[in-house]
Amino acid sequence: MTQTAAARLATGAEAAPAPAAEPVLAVEDLQTYFYTRRGLLKAVDRVSFSVGAGETLAIVGESGCGKSITALSVMRLVPSPPGRIVGGSVRLRGRDLLRLSEEEMRQIRGNEISMIFQEPMTSLNPVLTIGNQISEALILHQDVSRKAAMERAVEMLRLVRIPEPERRAREYPHQLSGGMRQRAMIAMALACNPKVLLADEPTTALDVTIQAQILELILELQQRLGTAVVLITHDLGVVAETAQRVIVMYAGRKVEEADVTSLFDEPLHPYTRGLMGSIPRLDMPETGTKGADRLQEIPGMVPPLNALPPGCAFAPRCAMATEKCQAEYPPYRELRPGHWSACWHAERLMAGGA
Amino acid sequence: MSGSLLQERRPGGGANLAAEPVLEVKELKKHFPVRKGILRRTVGHVYAVDGVSFSIAQGETLGLVGESGCGKSTVGRAVMRLVEPTSGRIRLNGHDITRLSKAEMRPHRREMQIIFQDPYSSLNPRMPVGRIVGEPLYVHGIGTAKEREERVAALFERVGLRAAQMKNYPHEFSGGQRQRIGIARALTLDPKLIIGDEPVSALDVSIQAQVINLLMDLQQEKRLSYLFIAHDLAVVKHISHRIAVMYLGRIVELADTRTLFTDPQHPYTEALLAAVPVPNPRQKRKRRILQGDVPSPIRPPPGCHFHTRCPYAEERCRREVPVAKEVAPGHVVACHLR
Repeated sequence: MTQTAAARLATGAEAAPAPAAEPVLAVEDLQTYFYTRRGLLKAVDRVSFSVGAGETLAIVGESGCGKSITALSVMRLVPSPPGRIVGGSVRLRGRDLLRLSEEEMRQIRGNEISMIFQEPMTSLNPVLTIGNQISEALILHQDVSRKAAMERAVEMLRLVRIPEPERRAREYPHQLSGGMRQRAMIAMALACNPKVLLADEPTTALDVTIQAQILELILELQQRLGTAVVLITHDLGVVAETAQRVIVMYAGRKVEEADVTSLFDEPLHPYTRGLMGSIPRLDMPETGTKGADRLQEIPGMVPPLNALPPGCAFAPRCAMATEKCQAEYPPYRELRPGHWSACWHAERLMAGGA
Repeated sequence: MSGSLLQERRPGGGANLAAEPVLEVKELKKHFPVRKGILRRTVGHVYAVDGVSFSIAQGETLGLVGESGCGKSTVGRAVMRLVEPTSGRIRLNGHDITRLSKAEMRPHRREMQIIFQDPYSSLNPRMPVGRIVGEPLYVHGIGTAKEREERVAALFERVGLRAAQMKNYPHEFSGGQRQRIGIARALTLDPKLIIGDEPVSALDVSIQAQVINLLMDLQQEKRLSYLFIAHDLAVVKHISHRIAVMYLGRIVELADTRTLFTDPQHPYTEALLAAVPVPNPRQKRKRRILQGDVPSPIRPPPGCHFHTRCPYAEERCRREVPVAKEVAPGHVVACHLR
């Protein structure tokens, strides 16, 4: 280990980019169920997606839609019981993680796939210094000495632009501000130069000016390292500014998928359309008449997972719903190249008809 | 719906003069002592609110925005007299309420209510929600039991709940419904002013839209005044007539909504607006990102609090506190460079 971490990372020597055609991470028909007293909850129901090197895929949806459980399933961190991955595959560069032993999986977590969470304080160990926590992953996965690991931890802190990294490495999580903690988390997640980074609402708990710093940091590091990023968020603004492709989830299922521009230009699922109409916009002119411009509402609320309707889960809240929607779950169809939607009436949402 | 039940016993009585603001806050300060050691000696102060002035007219919404720790919630709590102001003056409907005793405060309490971010932690889990909403009537000794129940039922229907749900307990409701309960409770005494402390921040976007629409409809119906405290600029822009931007205990800019968004004058406002991600992938822009963290309110920087992060800061900004000045009618900015 003669090279410093930063130099290694900067040259991207180890990040052999996967061929464009082959995704780094390919999730197919993932099914994660929870067996609870309230019955069977299909938290993730046949969800598929893939993400390539250097690409950012956003998973969007409201609380309870299954976006976080999807990420935890990829990491094989779903609490079991009550949760269980009952079907599908999660291929990391061709290797199905769901078939690995727990021991093999431990070699992959924090090494080839890392995850960062919304609240860094709950995922940082309060009694270990920041430096120790970052070096732990390195010692575990990269077979380096304690001293070398600590040096690299400091390099990583410098890379995520924490001022005075030597001093900060000796500090404990509570001594850092919220934005700093999230930077430390990112440093930890990227210390082993993972192929895939799962970021679960990484900026939701942060102030907007800090959020902008952290998003910029993630994207910049991604470009340098060629990491594939799966960004889980409820914030459509964050999606628009960071992702190349988006999947929209509702009640455990994927309801729409498209590249980011197509999705915002022409959402082809009524739920996506409803979400976009229900957010107040900063980029819209101010009318000056407060009463006049109402936000578009999606009536009602997400149905509980143990009482999903037989047909489309969104039908009870959907203005376009017909009897067919109540009765039968719509097939997932490609309506424009690369733009998929699970809606019986998607054609009616297409500009200029089908 | 507000009905005869609530007509009597209003402090001061009489209609407001149109010109008189419902709420007027002048030079409000709240400093919390920082205590250390076994003797709990005061070793410093948190300057949570450090000289804040604004007013709210009837039927108007003033948005109060800023990042965590800027003191916006403390302003709301000080106005409610939930924390005691260190200095300054608070006038509600023309009455100075800054130093009133608990008993003297009571008649004024019904004129203003507060809605919190997390409705669950502000609802008693052992009380049916109908009683929670009706409690203020009971406390103020208004109406008979039957009249109170009718009023609560009417409030339930108004905020989009069913009257039959009155006997359920808070845990039986979703987040959005709980916030509706919080709103119903705030409306029980037909207040003039409602302080919303991040009232929609914990809600999912589709539910958030429902609650925002409800608040705006209620304002139209009842000519309510809102002090709307939030960190989400898009939400604040949507709901507010005027907006005050806070940074480290001080208002740095105050203007009507259109002016603030089209012609921000304070560098912090500018940076805040630039930091908000816009839900339009065609507008991906390279923006100037504000560096650094908000300094500690225990040892705020001298001079202009923002100078440590301000790209335009000059020598004077490090020494002198900028005085708020009116750069255009109703547009107040506290910056040396304007």
